[in-house]
Amino acid sequence: MHGTPIFEARSVFKNYGAYAALQDVSLAVERGSIFGLLGPNGAGKTSLIRIINQITAPDSGALFFDGKPLRPEDVNRIGYLPEERGLYRKMQVGEQCMYLARLKGLSEAEAKKKLRSWFEKFEIQGWWNKKIEELSKGMAQKVQFIVTVLHEPELLILDEPFTGFDPVNANLIRDEVLELRRKGATVIFSTHRMETVEELCDSIALINKSRKILDGKLIDIRKQYRTLTYRLEFTGNLISFTNALWAGAELLEKKQDGDHCTVTLKLLGGNTVNNLFQAILPVCELISFQELIPSMSDVFIRTVQQESTQDHG
Amino acid sequence: MYSFALFNKKARKTMGKIGLIIRREYLTRVRKKSFIIMTILGPLIMGALMIVPVWMASVNVSVKTVQVLDEAGLVDGLLTPNDNIKFVYTRKSIEQAKKELEASDYFALVHIPRFEDNDLNHLQRQIKLYSVEQVSLSTKLFIRTQIEKQVERLKLQSQGVDQDLVDNVKKTVNVPLEIIPLDGKGKSDVEVNTILGMFGGILIYLFIFLFGAQVMRGVIEEKTNRIVEVIISSVKPFQLMMGKIIGIALVGLTQFLLWVVLTGSIYSIFMATVVKDKFSAQNVETILKQSPDGTSVDDIDQIKETQEVIGRVNSINWGLMIPAFLFYFLGGYLLYGALFAAIGGAVDSESDTQQFMLPVSAPLIFAFVMAQAVLNDPNGTMAKWLSIIPFTSPIIMMVRLPFGVHYTELLLSFAMLILGFVLTTWAAGKIYRTGILMYGKRPTWREMFRWLRY
Repeated sequence: MHGTPIFEARSVFKNYGAYAALQDVSLAVERGSIFGLLGPNGAGKTSLIRIINQITAPDSGALFFDGKPLRPEDVNRIGYLPEERGLYRKMQVGEQCMYLARLKGLSEAEAKKKLRSWFEKFEIQGWWNKKIEELSKGMAQKVQFIVTVLHEPELLILDEPFTGFDPVNANLIRDEVLELRRKGATVIFSTHRMETVEELCDSIALINKSRKILDGKLIDIRKQYRTLTYRLEFTGNLISFTNALWAGAELLEKKQDGDHCTVTLKLLGGNTVNNLFQAILPVCELISFQELIPSMSDVFIRTVQQESTQDHG
Repeated sequence: MYSFALFNKKARKTMGKIGLIIRREYLTRVRKKSFIIMTILGPLIMGALMIVPVWMASVNVSVKTVQVLDEAGLVDGLLTPNDNIKFVYTRKSIEQAKKELEASDYFALVHIPRFEDNDLNHLQRQIKLYSVEQVSLSTKLFIRTQIEKQVERLKLQSQGVDQDLVDNVKKTVNVPLEIIPLDGKGKSDVEVNTILGMFGGILIYLFIFLFGAQVMRGVIEEKTNRIVEVIISSVKPFQLMMGKIIGIALVGLTQFLLWVVLTGSIYSIFMATVVKDKFSAQNVETILKQSPDGTSVDDIDQIKETQEVIGRVNSINWGLMIPAFLFYFLGGYLLYGALFAAIGGAVDSESDTQQFMLPVSAPLIFAFVMAQAVLNDPNGTMAKWLSIIPFTSPIIMMVRLPFGVHYTELLLSFAMLILGFVLTTWAAGKIYRTGILMYGKRPTWREMFRWLRY
């Protein structure tokens, strides 16, 4: 734990007319962490992000930035890459970057200095006087990323960051984001494609139908949702392997190629991995062993199912 | 003291961001080629609009020959031709003359039948104009006037009055009917007021539409380029909207100012080179001195007219007209500009704007149409109401102002316009901030009203 969270929401509600976008959402983002805001389309992720960016105000609830109630000036400490993103097509790259940087509160000299170093880093110095419409889509995406992070935000919010970006730029952004985190920035990833960010995240929150249904550290959630399912690869006789398991584990899948076998199994009755090894090592030669960690989308589906059975039960 | 300083700092920061937006909106537009071209072309187009019709009329060289068959001996040889219409006289029968008209390239045939019962009033109704082609109104009027003049001469003669005497008397009759308002604010000139009022109204109408549409297009551009959410993560949507509206207003004022300067310099160059010799004070004096013994009457008339025009222009209360124009331009523009911004925010592309444009611009068009009626009765009930309603007051007040408006009415109109644009800006801001984040569907009016409450 690193003291006060950089951002905290307490019991936030937001309605658009009769439509509830957020209901009683509370969450805390730890400083220096990568936080995944996950959930299907229309769950309320973008509504929450717009509230953090003070684009819209919540109907009720409290918001804290760096331990203090969120103030208008805090937008200068936040960087935001919206899902619907773009730049003025008819404006020159350099002038446009200067404009957006100054809107984030940088002075002219600061903005110019920082822009020069980013342009050097991405080797795009020659673009300064080009219009965005003269650039390719991938080139414009680089510029877009630069203006998002130029003012060195303490909190960087990326909404669906890897959609629309080509693979090369997606990797570039991933690397730059990790670099920024190393320098102390906090990052919020928001996406409905959970598999794209889950290995990057330290903590996550799952949002479904305007409510937060689960949050916490990724490790803890995985521990909580582990299914005790493992995959083993070995050489040996599959029948004697199955006999050795007996009632300690259930065989879910098996594949055999000569004496090379791959199986998926689930531990039963309080047995541990050590118990399993003791049982099988005498009858086979183990090649690899791996726990099948539930993916966030598995966790999500299970949580939603649990909730709906609770609702109906 | 401390809180005051804090407020100042905060206000400066907010103003700083709006200032950046205003600057961008202003510079990107002023630097455009189209702005520079419009600035140069504007005065030229205005000049052309005034000169071309006059020129076209004078250039119309095809001379039409009108045959006259005068069986009564009413006009024989007495019709005066002009540059476009000549008269030839014939003695053939009417049937023959009609046939000839079809076969020849005569333009028309005037037939004055035999003078039978000695009744001029009866005869003048029998006069006909035969034509193969369409006869334009001006041609008809010209021929008619020519004939009427002869009828008049005959009628006068029958009463024993000499036509030359009448003509001379007519020349000396001239009652300008100067209007002196009782409040002692100097003379009032209906003609100049009408022209000035109409001109001011048209200018306001054009400016509001021209620059209001620019606001709308600017908002749509930000939406279609998907940059709007990037920007409103740095500034409030309302600041972005106001920055845009103010920036474009400054573009409009710049354009107007450049037009004034440009037209002014063209005018003074024209005056200094072409008109100077003819109408310099010294020259006028000499001509006027010479006049009894020699100078043509035309010259003196021209000089008198020119001096009169200059006098009329000077009699206009520019000290009121110019500030009032600026106020009504800005007020009307802010009122409509905000509504145009709201429309731009609500739609996805310019082709979707149609259904919203009409209801929003209807009051403006209505005011423009009503301007004519207001000119006829500048202080009537309708004129007064239309200058209180903020949606129509900018145009209507510009039309009325040259005729004099009581200051209480003016103040009420000012106040209502300010109130009006504060309200529309507030409502537009609400629609705008919701609309700019909506993609992919065209909202209905009902939805837009609902956004007011978000």
